[in-house]
Amino acid sequence: MGELAVDKHVHYILSVEKRKDSFESVVMDHLRMNGAYWGLTTLDLLGKLDIVNADEVISWIMKCQHESGGFAGNIGHDPHILYTLSAVQVLAVSNKLDVLDTDKVAAYITGLQNEDGSFSGDMWGEVDTSCKNLDGGFGCTPGGESHAGQIFCCVGALAITGSLHHVDKDLLGWWLCERQVKSGGLNGRPEKLPDVCYSWWVLSSLIMIDRVHWIDKEKLVKFILDCQDVKNGGISDRPDDAVDVFHTYFGVAGLSLLEYPGLKAIDPAYALPVDVINRIFFSR
Amino acid sequence: MHGRPRKAPKPEDEAASAAKAQKLRALQTQFFSYHHNKIYTKEAVELSAKLLDINPESYTAWNYRKLAVEHCLSQPDSDADSAKFILDHELRVVESALRQNFKSYGAWHHRKWVISKGHSSIDNELRLLDKFQKADSRNFHAWNYRRFVAESMNRSEQDELKYTEDMIYTNFSNYSAWHNRSVLLSTLLEKKAEGFLSKEKVLPEEYEFIHQAIFTDPDDQSGWFYHLWLLDQTVKADSPLLISSWPAHGSDVQLVDRCHNNSAFSPFTTLHSDSGSFPIVLYFNQPVEGVSSSTVTVESGFNKSEDLVWEPVSVSNSQAAKVWVTHLKFPTSELHFPVEVSVGHSKGITSARGSQYSFSSVFSFKVHVQPIKKDSSQGSVAESFLWGEENFKVYGIQSEESIPILSFDQLSIRNDPEPTVSDWRAEALSKEIECFRELLSLMDCKIGKLTLARLLMAYDAMSFSCANKLSHSEVLELYSDLMKLDPSHYQYYKDEHNLVVLKQVTSSRESLLKHCFQYTNSVPLTIYSPICLRLNNLSLSRMGAFEELLWVQMLDLSHNELQSIEGLEAMQLLSCLSLRNNKLRSFTALDPLRKLKSLRVLDISYNHIGEHFIDTTRYLCASPLSHSVGSEWNKDETVIGDVALINYWDAFLIFKELNLKQLDILGNAIADEKFKSVLVKIMPALKRLDGELLG
Repeated sequence: MGELAVDKHVHYILSVEKRKDSFESVVMDHLRMNGAYWGLTTLDLLGKLDIVNADEVISWIMKCQHESGGFAGNIGHDPHILYTLSAVQVLAVSNKLDVLDTDKVAAYITGLQNEDGSFSGDMWGEVDTSCKNLDGGFGCTPGGESHAGQIFCCVGALAITGSLHHVDKDLLGWWLCERQVKSGGLNGRPEKLPDVCYSWWVLSSLIMIDRVHWIDKEKLVKFILDCQDVKNGGISDRPDDAVDVFHTYFGVAGLSLLEYPGLKAIDPAYALPVDVINRIFFSR
Repeated sequence: MHGRPRKAPKPEDEAASAAKAQKLRALQTQFFSYHHNKIYTKEAVELSAKLLDINPESYTAWNYRKLAVEHCLSQPDSDADSAKFILDHELRVVESALRQNFKSYGAWHHRKWVISKGHSSIDNELRLLDKFQKADSRNFHAWNYRRFVAESMNRSEQDELKYTEDMIYTNFSNYSAWHNRSVLLSTLLEKKAEGFLSKEKVLPEEYEFIHQAIFTDPDDQSGWFYHLWLLDQTVKADSPLLISSWPAHGSDVQLVDRCHNNSAFSPFTTLHSDSGSFPIVLYFNQPVEGVSSSTVTVESGFNKSEDLVWEPVSVSNSQAAKVWVTHLKFPTSELHFPVEVSVGHSKGITSARGSQYSFSSVFSFKVHVQPIKKDSSQGSVAESFLWGEENFKVYGIQSEESIPILSFDQLSIRNDPEPTVSDWRAEALSKEIECFRELLSLMDCKIGKLTLARLLMAYDAMSFSCANKLSHSEVLELYSDLMKLDPSHYQYYKDEHNLVVLKQVTSSRESLLKHCFQYTNSVPLTIYSPICLRLNNLSLSRMGAFEELLWVQMLDLSHNELQSIEGLEAMQLLSCLSLRNNKLRSFTALDPLRKLKSLRVLDISYNHIGEHFIDTTRYLCASPLSHSVGSEWNKDETVIGDVALINYWDAFLIFKELNLKQLDILGNAIADEKFKSVLVKIMPALKRLDGELLG
């Protein structure tokens, strides 16, 4: 079994932050806020968060906030709930939540709740509803096919609201554990290819419902490690594919959930380090 | 981001990329200027189309286009024709973007937004969808959009059903089509649409259909899940039912204080009580709401049933539970009295799915109270409860001794009307069982074995007569085969195997009695001692069969592989529990114990608490993290201090609610002296910790 090339990945993340001139980078411009969350959380899990200049990051984040209280993906873009989440997460990891006017942000989010209880992403109303499916999973819209990413969002939402009793854990747990294919990787739905990002979505869902022992953890660790680019750093969706920050984060987060030695523990519902969450909930 | 091969960038590629990047940046800067200044001229809007062509993920550009469309439509010179022209154009922009990336959320959402303005025909949309679904039949965006179109343009479910049939006949391996089919059928059956009046007609045909897929390629997963759905449709109980209770129907319950041993009393039905009350426990076959003194009557001659408070026993704060409990108080003067409990005579009990409790269920028992001796005040120096083998002897039962709680004849509870298995269900299941037995005689197939195991267990659960013992060993063999055939999922099959083992153990008098012991270490020997159920050394990875075990007061689960005690909260009578030498990894896993108000002796020594940095029951425990406890939860934390609280919040949460007299915790990585001193502060009433007398 290979090893986690910690230093290479740290180096890769820092280089992505600096490399703003490639075409790929400009195309992802609008989700830089997500990128900040993926990059910084990964660094924290690897124990290397102090490498980053927190003040620079904070000041950039605040420039992305709109009057409505919501945050955009980058300076100039419109606000959206996804980027608001990432902004709050980055501030939590940096232990700088106090720079926020929390009432304002909360007002933005509650303003997006619809009559049926779902939340729109922004004023244009794209709704990512959670709808319990017949195979125990959750789809994007009522009647939508179960999809691991959606399942994570729903299970996470149920977890933090104390509502996991609504989930048929045995049925969902089985559907999720069947995502593990021969190579040890996890796919997002039946008959699809495995992908490192599902190591997060499927795995964290399994952990939240206490069914993670139904997969072969060692095989999954091996799959994730095989997806590393050990020369240049970074992790890709599948072995030998191009790396990116997104999959680097999910690979490392997945390894944390699998208790890979030397990593910080990550909270499966909030997707932030456990010490960050415990600090928020358990100190006065 | 997905599926691009890894290759070292060549210098000429980097230069080209930088040039493209510059061009895109310039476009973007210009676009922002238009957007922030709310400029919606033809030129400006075309620029946004150019931007989206290169980058369909730029969500702000889609937002801008919506604003532009609204701006144009609200112009004074706008009419039906110009509106059509504008919206048509939007649809073309979306189509072009989808060709770039047919998974673009922004593009699909924009199309929905345009359609919702009342434009485009259903044929148009279906034609577009056909194109995409031919390219990728699993594109869930396309399927979701298809459902949206069908609904907003009133296309019938029957037509959509035919579409799924066509897709499936083109290729059986089409999970999305099968899924869609299940959604459509559910709706049609619920609506009782013409031709879909009853499951009895529809499901057998679907079974035939799915067999074609399964037998064509047994390793393809698409059919499995659909078959599982069909099975669920066949067996699911429409109405909830009371399946077990404590006290059991027809039993004689003796309530004694501690210092009483009368061999005339059966240790199976003797309960310690000095509080003038005892519990009544109801166990339903699915979680229900609405159990209260208006839907459940308890007649005991002296008691006013309306005063009884029924509580759901669930680890979360849910109002729905399979297990409900109340405490019946009795006046000290009453020494013998009958009790009759009737459930469901008036409406109000409903399942989570909304079905009404449609039976009227009655059970009755007799209570005998032993008067409390004056001198038996609780000075019994907390003598230690010792779990060692030498302290237990098998309960030798007299052959005629009747143990109502262990009666396995007809349902002990009287139900009206009598629940029966409707013919078509039993027939459908038998047919499937035969079918899969045949398939398995031809080939070794993982799905076949798993499905057959589930069918047999479902059939077993449905029959209301004596459990078919043969099917247990057939099922156990199937799961053992699966553990070898599919080692990646070994633990799943082991857990299922486990549940069947427990069913087997509790399904007959002989097998259960092998595990019933009496504690012989009481000093003095007159102290009453209930039966201890010993389920140790059985490789148990999870507990189950709770409906058969409501009567248990002492339980030995030591030397097993338990990493969870999910469901244990049902055992409301438990006072002594051993979980020694198991695989418990965290305190949050002990959450079910918070519901066991009678628990006094707990042994969790030699587990793995403190060894793992990921807690898999963190969100299954009612805690501040899941917003399930009030802000008062840590008001006693001054007892242990801030630092201890942040480090031991889970121990604090669990143990402060337990009323333990004796606790064993050694052999866990967390149990160092510092932790033990914190524990003692959290539980001031604890008398013994790791064998040491406290205070």
